[in-house]
Order: sequence, then structure tokens, then C-alpha cells
Amino acid sequence: MNKLYQKYIKTESLPTLFCPGCGNGIVQYAAIEAFDKLGIADDVACVSGIGCSSWIPCYFELDVIHTMHGRAIAFAEGLKLAQPKKKIMVFTGDGDCLAIGGNHLLHAAARNIDLTVVMVNNYIYGMTGGQKSPTTPMGSKTKTSPFGCYDEPLNGCKLVMALGASHVARWTTAHPVQLAKAIEDGLEHKGFSFIEVLSQCPVQAGKNVYGEKDPAKIMEGYKECTYRYREGEPPVEGKIPIGTFRKDETATEYLERVEARLASEGIRK
Amino acid sequence: MEKTKDTSEQVVLQGNEACTKGALYAGCRFFAGYPITPSTEIIEMMSGEMQKAGGAFIQMEDEIGSACAIIGARWGGSKAMTATSGPGYTLMQEAIGFAAVTETPIVIVNVQRGGPSTGQPTLSSQQDIYQARYGSHGDYGIIVLAPSSVQEMYDFTVRAFELAEQFRTPVILLADEVVGHMREKITIHKGVQSFQKPKQKYSVSPSVDFFKGNHTTVEGQLHDELGRRIGHLADRSGEFIEQITRKIDDHVDMIADISTYCMEDADVAIVAYGSVARPSLNAVKKARGIKDDRILPKFRMVTDLFRRGVTETIKTDYSHLKVGLVKINTVWPFPEKLLRQATEHVQMVIVPEMNVGKYCREVERVLSDKKVIPMPKCGGNIHTPKELLDEILEEVGVDE
Repeated sequence: MNKLYQKYIKTESLPTLFCPGCGNGIVQYAAIEAFDKLGIADDVACVSGIGCSSWIPCYFELDVIHTMHGRAIAFAEGLKLAQPKKKIMVFTGDGDCLAIGGNHLLHAAARNIDLTVVMVNNYIYGMTGGQKSPTTPMGSKTKTSPFGCYDEPLNGCKLVMALGASHVARWTTAHPVQLAKAIEDGLEHKGFSFIEVLSQCPVQAGKNVYGEKDPAKIMEGYKECTYRYREGEPPVEGKIPIGTFRKDETATEYLERVEARLASEGIRK
Repeated sequence: MEKTKDTSEQVVLQGNEACTKGALYAGCRFFAGYPITPSTEIIEMMSGEMQKAGGAFIQMEDEIGSACAIIGARWGGSKAMTATSGPGYTLMQEAIGFAAVTETPIVIVNVQRGGPSTGQPTLSSQQDIYQARYGSHGDYGIIVLAPSSVQEMYDFTVRAFELAEQFRTPVILLADEVVGHMREKITIHKGVQSFQKPKQKYSVSPSVDFFKGNHTTVEGQLHDELGRRIGHLADRSGEFIEQITRKIDDHVDMIADISTYCMEDADVAIVAYGSVARPSLNAVKKARGIKDDRILPKFRMVTDLFRRGVTETIKTDYSHLKVGLVKINTVWPFPEKLLRQATEHVQMVIVPEMNVGKYCREVERVLSDKKVIPMPKCGGNIHTPKELLDEILEEVGVDE
């Protein structure tokens, strides 16, 4: 077993419940690399919701809360307020984060509270067996969109940027190095950090959603269907931008704002 | 727990304010909430007091988020509470189940209003008595306290935090609009109560707070003592459910609390909880000819009920009724043994409640050898002493 993996994974909890070819392992390792590189594993706790990707932190040798469907961010906010100096990471999926948990995402992003949210987007409800999610592309046939999906997919990155999240990035499982760097940036960043990862679910989405069931080929597809976003450059039509969309170090973080307000009222020093 | 000088003082407070003061004394240092009538005074007061006490306060986007945030905060090491009413309490149910299964000590205050749905935002009820016990899906144990005065709003809030920590469980303070909004003179304590960590461990789940190097896994799926999922294993899951229900049920003696008045020679007992225990006590005093010192002389004949302009003069003679009161302070787990003992010599029991007569079923189950008479009252008005005494008079007459 990989040494880093051995250091940060609860081996007694193995094997993971991920299907063969799942992208969660790549996201898991990217997160391990990030907090190992920063050397802050003792100061990180993870919170996750419900869904395949929410099992990612459950194997970490860290303090972890595996919470309710959609509520990870709300739990994380409570934990952050009780432990303002610690780093809180949230693992969530497209359904968990954007559908059932949408309200908490909105408000956490607007608060710009110091959390690092990793949203693993596989375009599908995998754990329940392949129903459409808020990010399923138009026309995709799933168990609950038998005639092709007709809901406009949600764009999580755009959403949180509109609300004031101060660090926003998107990568794919085909970009593990960049992903690890993005998580590292997110952990270092003071403010709401949202990292979307396009990740494959060959079992439940495969052919119907990506048009391909081979995990390696889906990942190759991620390289082809995306383009590197750079500020000021025109978007590439028909492709998905990846990269860091925003990293604003000047935005005031929620707890800083609270402290400043209390200080100005003479409640705290 | 920091130990500070314990001095008491007398103050006039509203029930909801007393609850806030109790929480602060108990060491609560995190509050998340969402405004809802008739509990709003708690979040209003907490927004200032919590910050002044060096704790944290957050007004969440909804009651679901509030319940989740306090669980997160408790794992961060802060004693935490939220307060709500009817619709908000229903929204919190999934999180209450999560707290029960992960054995997270939190306190949730439900200042009951009339339901269902939006129901009666400004009027009182006791309709959530079963929701407080069985509201979340699945089987679990839980502790529910029902205050009937402003003093009890304070004392029971403190007790709720103690019980939550001791048994590693969510504890519900099941108040109602009447006790939430009334004002009374009460005794409160300054500083923070010292709290001894319980010697015996009652929980199955991992229980070490975060950032202590323990690498605690808090798992909402049924789990083992390391927090690893066992939800797919039928036998072990069954054991787990038994453990989290029995840790409460097997220790009823340590949790259960009732108060009795004039029960020594009583023939008839009123069994009441929450604000309904107030007119019940008044009825007992009236029948027994006990003067109530709290009532000014000129109001003595009018009873101490001024509920929404309704006053009544009691002229009927009830002096031949030997009525006593059993006030149930810990409504769940049901104090079976204490209730049986208190009503041992009684033939008839009357159970007034501000709902369709729910808790009465539990009383009937336990006191199956006695005549148990439900006295439900819906609509938002509390029972009057006269109604209670007339009901008893009628029932006694039937027996004779």
C-alpha cells in the first residue's frame, strides 16, 4: 500500500464501498496529498453528507462526521464556529450539495465562512441506483428521466461565485495533481472555498450519461471536453472550463466579520 | 468545566428568558436558531448573551440547519442548544434522530404552539407530546422534560444539559406558549455551574470531542464503537438499537422526576404536565381550601387565571373532593414506577392535556387497574380550575 495512504487511511475500515472504476479514490488521495503537504492533518476535521462521495472522508485517520443528506455544510458551520482556528473540509456530491443541501450552500457561500467544500460531481444519484441529479446534462436518460433529462443543469461554481464565495475552482479526476493543489489552496485560503470535481460513475451513469462506460475512457473524455480557464480569455464554445475561477484573498471571512463587529460594539477585544 | 463562584439572585423573567439564562448557567456556549413564534425571545436573547459570554451564535437559514449546526458545534466541544416551535420542530426531526444515533448531547427547546401545519402560531398546545418522543424515524431513546413555571424553565434547562451529557443523548425541553411567555419571580444563579463528567459510560458510539487526537468517526449509519458502519449487518444492528434505547429505558430511576401535591389522602388524582399542571394545582388548592399566597386578596376569589381576559368566579362547593396532583416533570421516558407509587391509593385519575388526549393513553396503560379519564382540550386555551373540578365532580357523581 502507498505510504501516504497507509498514514491517513483507517486500514481497519477497508475495503471501501466504492465500485470498481469510481472516481472517489482519486479525490480521496488528492485530499490526503493536500493535508499531508500542508502538514495540518491534526488541525483538519471532515464533514460529509449522504451519497457515494460522502463516504470519502469516512476512511480518513481524522475526526470525521458523516452526517445527513444535504446537511454537511450546516454541521460544518457549527463545528467551525466552535473551533474557529481549525480547518473544516466538507465532502459532498452534486445531489447532496446542490439539490437537498442547496439552501445551506447558498448561505454558507454568502457568509464566505472558512470551509473547504469539495463537491464531487458525477452527474448522477449513484448510491440509489442511477437517477437524475441537478447536474445531469439535458437529454441524458436515467432511471428517473426515461425520455431524456429536461431540466437545465445547475452550475455549482457559477452559483457560489454569484453569492460571494472567495475561492472557486473546478477540476476533474483526470487532473489529480491540479486537484490536489486546488484542495491545498482551499485549505490555506481563508474564506469559503468551493472545489468542484468532475468524477466518473461508470456503473450508474456510464453509457447513458457520458456515452462511455469504461472509466479510463471517461477520464480521457474529461480532458477532451474541458478547457483551461484563464482570466480574460474567451470561453471555448461547447466545452467545460476547468481551473481556478476565483481566488480573492481580500474578501472578508465570516468569523473575521463577526469579530470585527463585536469589537466595534465593545463586546470583544 | 470552569468553576466560578455560585451566587443566586431573584429576578422577574419571562419563561423564554429564563430558559436562556438556564442554558448560560449550564455552560451552553453555542446557539444556532431560526425565529419562530412563540419561541423567538430565546433566539433574540441568545444573539446577545451568547456573544457576551464568549460563545458563538448563528442565525441559520432554517431549523434543519440550526439542529445540524448545534450537533457540529457539540463535536467541536461546545455545549449547544437550539429553540423552536411546531413547524420548526418537525423540520428538526431528522437531526434529532442523527443526534440519538451518534449519541450527541444537545438540547432542543420546543415552545409548543397549536398545530398541525402553520396551525396556531400564537396559542398554546401540548400536541407535540408524542412527536417529542417518537418524532424521528426509527427506534431510539430520548429524554423529554416539561416545565410548568418560569422557575422550571430555568431549572429544567440546566437539568437538560446535565442529562444530555450524562446519557449522551439529545434532550428535549418541551415547553409551551403559556410557560414560554409568562413572567414570574424566580431564583437564578450567577456564573457557570460546575459539571462533573459522569463516571459511568452509557454510550456505544465514539464519544471523544474533535481535535483531541482521537480521530473520532461520527457516523449516522448504525455503527460499532469505532464508528464503522454496521447497518448492513442485521444482528449487530439489532443490538445497537437495543443499546441506544435501553441506555435510557434501563435508567428511568436516574432520570424520572414527578412532583406531588396533597396526594397523601387523595381519592382522585389529576395527572398533568407542563402548563396544564398550573390550573390543576389551583384546582387542588381550591378543593382543599388552601389559600394561594401568590394571589392578591382582591383576586383571591377569581383564581389566578387571567388567560386572555377569561376570568371565572368559583361558587360551587368542591370541599368534599379529596383531590391531589401528580405533576410529571420528565414526560419521557415515562415515569411508570413513580406514577404507580404516587397513585397507589387512588381510585380515579384525570388527565387534562391541551391536545386530543394523547399522554392519557400512556397513563391508561400504566394505571390499567384504575379509572383513567382523559380530559383533552384543543384550541389554544388552557383548562380552568373550574373545568377540572366540575369534571371530577361529574365523574365522582357517576361513581356514586
